[in-house]
Amino acid sequence: MAVEKSLTNEALAVRPQPAKAAKVMARGVDVHYGAKHALKEVTVDIPEKGVMAFIGPSGCGKSTFLRCINRMNDTIPTCRVTGKITIDDNDIYDPDLDVVQLRARVGMVFQKPNPFPKSIFENVAYGPRIHGLARSKTDLEEIVTSSLRRAGLFEEVKDRLGDSGTSLSGGQQQRLCIARAIAVEPDIILMDEPCSALDPIATARIEELMGELMESYTIVIVTHSMQQAARVSQRTAFFHLGNLVEEGPTELIFNNPRDQRTQDYITGRFG
Amino acid sequence: MQPHTVAAYDAELKDLDGLVGEMASRTRALLQEATRALAEGNVERAQRVIAADAAIDALQHRIEERAITTIARRQPMAVDLRHIVSTIRIANDLERIGDLAKNVTKRVIAIAEQPASIKVAASLAPLAERVIDQLEAIAAAYQGRDDAAALEVWRSDGAIDVLHTSLFRELLTYMMEDPRSIGFCTHLLFCAKNLERIGDHATNVAETVHYMLTGDILSMERPKADASSGVDPSREPGRA
Repeated sequence: MAVEKSLTNEALAVRPQPAKAAKVMARGVDVHYGAKHALKEVTVDIPEKGVMAFIGPSGCGKSTFLRCINRMNDTIPTCRVTGKITIDDNDIYDPDLDVVQLRARVGMVFQKPNPFPKSIFENVAYGPRIHGLARSKTDLEEIVTSSLRRAGLFEEVKDRLGDSGTSLSGGQQQRLCIARAIAVEPDIILMDEPCSALDPIATARIEELMGELMESYTIVIVTHSMQQAARVSQRTAFFHLGNLVEEGPTELIFNNPRDQRTQDYITGRFG
Repeated sequence: MQPHTVAAYDAELKDLDGLVGEMASRTRALLQEATRALAEGNVERAQRVIAADAAIDALQHRIEERAITTIARRQPMAVDLRHIVSTIRIANDLERIGDLAKNVTKRVIAIAEQPASIKVAASLAPLAERVIDQLEAIAAAYQGRDDAAALEVWRSDGAIDVLHTSLFRELLTYMMEDPRSIGFCTHLLFCAKNLERIGDHATNVAETVHYMLTGDILSMERPKADASSGVDPSREPGRA
């Protein structure tokens, strides 16, 4: 008698997802730091809107790849990036491309909150001002207020916008950095372990915020917490030794990964 | 499979497997004893089975507790998560099997006064043996992580259904031949049904083992051959 398999895994893999075009497309991306081959022929699509998580052990290349998406690696002299990365079909390594404009469209939040040593207001206002996004003072105030609101910080700081950004708690500082990234109207927000310096409550607030922001932005997060990746993302990519080993719907990666290396990593079996 | 970086995690999983193994072998022993009590009409043996079921219930609670603690402590993923969830499900099925075996022995006590019942009860032996074999096979498939063996158990349930249907007809015939047998035959019908249900629980365990090993859920469509619910006494050949 034939055993009928249910479509658990197959169905997940081909599950009708809302038709989302790939926002970011990477094709055969290699990164060298001097003689070190840090990233090997990475090819992946990052769908528009939603959260994609990059996981993998330290030194696997996940942060390196994240930094390729806004050309942060350009700032490292020995770094050489080859292959092709497009955002909305535009090659971001095109020599004519304005990197400053690119980084406004692709915001970044780092592991350690890094507010400018200026007032809360100025932290958020700085980007829109230098990019000429505000026509007037009221315009700028409006941008600052709405950015703080979207970052879930406004209610906590509305009475002390003149205080220094560094006077806030770690979790508040991180949300301030998110507000700062949002203020220049990016399409994509890259987050490099945004919660690893935060306590569980501050972490939960950032995760909650990501759930709201993914409605409007494409979010890519690098995280060492598998549980966090499982909670916040719709797609997950696993990197190991510079290779993208496996990429797919998050449920599939965490419930029944295909590759033994993925299985070993997520179940805590890496020696 | 590679060991976990944290050795204590492996030890916890091994403990869980040990408890499931112990529960499976106790459940099988209980069913064997219940079957013997039935065949012998042995009330004392039946009472011992009833008392022994409590240990199986206690094991289920221990497995559940350990599994939940491990989930809370390790946040298991993928194969580990499936493994731990499977131990909870299997313990649940084994506990039900213990209850069904216990119910058989309660009926042994109820019909013990009627010597004629022992002769008829012998008809249940092939069904009971088959069910015990299934339990043994699925416990081995679990411990040996043998998907093919689990699927074999899953497929073999049809044979149990066929045996149950034929027993149903046989008991119906006895009752029609001699209305004085209706009382104990009804109890034996329930015993047969309990054994058939135990077979179903064994296939549940087989489905769980398959899921644990592959991550795939077997479809609900199982080879079903139990036609007893469609048997019409008025059309039975034994009708006077």
